[in-house]
Amino acid sequence: MDVSQYLVLFLEEAREHLQSLNQCLLELENDPTDLSVLDEIFRSAHTIKGMSATMGYTDIAELTHNMENILDLLRKDQLKANHVIIDILFQCVDTLERLVEDVANNENSETDVKGLIQQLSALTQEPNAETTIVTKEQEKQIPEQEEKIPEQAQPPLISAFNETNLTDTEVTMITSAQKQGISTFEIQVILREDCLLKSARAYMVMNIAEELGDVIKTVPGTEDLENGNFDQQFQIILLTSANQEKVREEILSISEIEMVSVLPCVISGNLIGGNATEPDAVQNNAVAISNQEELTAPETKVDMAPVRVNTATHEKRLKGGQSVRVDIDKLDSLLNLVGELVINKTRLEQIGISHRLADLSETIEQIDRVTTDLQSVVMKVRMVPVGQVFNRFPRMVRDLSHELGKEINLIIQGEETELDRTVIDEIGDPLVHLLRNAVDHGIERIEDRQAAGKGPVGEIRLIARHEGNNVVILVEDDGKGINAVSLKEKALQKGFVTRADADKMDEKELLNLLFLPGFSTAATVTDISGRGVGMDAVKTKIESLGGAVEIETKVGSGSKFKIRLPLTLAIIQALLVQVSQEIYAIPLSSIDSTIHLRPEDIKTVQNQEVILLRGQIIPIVRLSTVLNIPADRKEQSDLFIVIVHSGQQRAGIIVDDLIGQQEIVIKSLGNLLKGIKVIAGATILGNGQVALILDVSSLMK
Amino acid sequence: MTQNNDAKEEVQLVIFRLGNEEYAFDILMVQEIKRMTDITRVPHTPDYIKGVINLRGSVLPVLDLKIRMNLPETPITEDTRIIIIKMEKVLVGMLVDSVSEVVTLNFSNIELPQGNSGIVAENYVSGIGKIDQRLLIILDPRFIVDLV
Repeated sequence: MDVSQYLVLFLEEAREHLQSLNQCLLELENDPTDLSVLDEIFRSAHTIKGMSATMGYTDIAELTHNMENILDLLRKDQLKANHVIIDILFQCVDTLERLVEDVANNENSETDVKGLIQQLSALTQEPNAETTIVTKEQEKQIPEQEEKIPEQAQPPLISAFNETNLTDTEVTMITSAQKQGISTFEIQVILREDCLLKSARAYMVMNIAEELGDVIKTVPGTEDLENGNFDQQFQIILLTSANQEKVREEILSISEIEMVSVLPCVISGNLIGGNATEPDAVQNNAVAISNQEELTAPETKVDMAPVRVNTATHEKRLKGGQSVRVDIDKLDSLLNLVGELVINKTRLEQIGISHRLADLSETIEQIDRVTTDLQSVVMKVRMVPVGQVFNRFPRMVRDLSHELGKEINLIIQGEETELDRTVIDEIGDPLVHLLRNAVDHGIERIEDRQAAGKGPVGEIRLIARHEGNNVVILVEDDGKGINAVSLKEKALQKGFVTRADADKMDEKELLNLLFLPGFSTAATVTDISGRGVGMDAVKTKIESLGGAVEIETKVGSGSKFKIRLPLTLAIIQALLVQVSQEIYAIPLSSIDSTIHLRPEDIKTVQNQEVILLRGQIIPIVRLSTVLNIPADRKEQSDLFIVIVHSGQQRAGIIVDDLIGQQEIVIKSLGNLLKGIKVIAGATILGNGQVALILDVSSLMK
Repeated sequence: MTQNNDAKEEVQLVIFRLGNEEYAFDILMVQEIKRMTDITRVPHTPDYIKGVINLRGSVLPVLDLKIRMNLPETPITEDTRIIIIKMEKVLVGMLVDSVSEVVTLNFSNIELPQGNSGIVAENYVSGIGKIDQRLLIILDPRFIVDLV
């Protein structure tokens, strides 16, 4: 049976369940008595076990199986969920994540599960180590891999029976009998007080029992029974195919018997002692699958499949609403095609206007309405809730705060806020960095907080919301804030800025020093996720997404990092400008305003052309110079200047003409021309011509 | 040498002109041939990159082959064409003076370039093809585009 076709599905679902496990374990930690969370955890672990066993991943199946044992004991209240257990469970989830990723990367896992399994078994040893028989009413649930169990009889009138210890032979006899459909009953017989010949009565009971089936054990032993060495009661374990009632009746027919109790008996030891055999069973199934033996494989699949489907549908119901999994490539190609449609529609529009074809123009208007709707739906399809990125943060913050010995509460708001898929992929790393900073440097240690009059638990807020055409993500903490003065000193120390410049900076500029490359963390380099250390990596990544990041802070109260990101990347509003014969597009989001000036209004300050706008000095960029555009006109009497901004800085771009505002589709320049700094991409205009899109931030450098 | 018509020993070539000389590309790398169209200049690129064009919604860079091969420039005519070359992940247009035909050449009729054949452009040439009295300079686009 070839399971490779299910690999993608397995990975997706396994990852989902692992995510759910993480979340539920966090909840369990907060409230160890929450049974519904325990059930959820058990379900997820069980599903993963089933899936991985079917796929032949024995390590994963074994580990989850052992986790199930612990979880089951927790469910039955035979174990209390304390720190040790929860930490081990977290470790198990981490190991499972690694194992799943090994499967995804097709690597042989060197991850060792044996150590963890041993720890798990050690935990389960406490309740009962030996195999014991426990009667039905003491057992509430049995995992489905147990043998079938006979119906439960009414609870006995007499209180607790004696628990008897069975030898291995007896266990084997009982289990093989049960496989053949033969029941096992534990019969307790109590003789009347005035009974004289106890041994005779016992002998008669034994006779009847032997007629009904096989007696495999008596308490006390046979000799003692024959000699009457017992009080008023004794027990028999009987294997019989007769039913409970019949057995009871038969024995009751003997005189001088006060009471008979017949109860089905179940071997509880299977739960614990069976550990040794169960993984083997799983192994065997897995091996069977890979050997493609028809016998066991379908059986296992059948067993596992229904369970999996049930939990899957159950969980889907929990999520609410219907959804379909779609391949990202299909979505991207859909978006491309819609983009093409928009371009061609614009061309048709032009043709309709220039040839004055009223009919055509009317029809184009209709098409326009449809394409606009189509476009907005496709845009929405690419939008993904931020929660997807946020959901791994609670675990990360918990682990980190434990490591550093701090108490931190992470509050997440606005996780349903949606962002374009490409942005979601890229925003994770910067957020991780900011959160780690908040935990590491922002929030103070408990003593320090109390000394400052704050509560012992630090608070970090992660908030996402829409603001106009942007999405804003805030990382706030109520920690010790950032001291601009010490930033200044550090920058001077490291030689990033001269004393003269530093003294001129206001607080905002001093805070921005944080973003200088190499400024990063304190004296010690801690383990960052490895993709780029430092706040400069954060800033660069955010700006590459077309966004910006700002800092607000107050010493002693806390800091706030504000990230602003555009909603969509592929289609933007732009201003088309002309220089000589060439047309360029400037993204509207970078533009402050456009002004009309005379050449005389341009002044020179320290060899740099500037203008004075509303009291501010703004540097000038001549596109014709920067882009080496061949001039085709004489010096004009009028100039158009587009005032743009990048972060906090402003500049004025001189152009010959302003053509107009237009929605454009961003096209990549391709691999060959990727490295050009001032050009962010290209777009195709309504007349089919290609216009280049300017990268404002590099223009300003 | 024996004339062998085994399919594996033949190659189909697209023949084009640069100035007075005839050149060729392996047809497997030629996606299409376009008439001359507006080329948008891109700043800060080498001089042999003329700019970009719009190919059914995609933006492609276009190279001027004569400049790349250090041949004297000639004006654009009605016969000027852009040959669209496709190599793995890269799509590039090459500006040529004219495109004439497609021929099938046996490997035996192709000479590998030796140091003394006196050809202007060094490693762009993957071979010299002979057909009737004509000599075809067979180019390797990968070296032209500087991918290798």
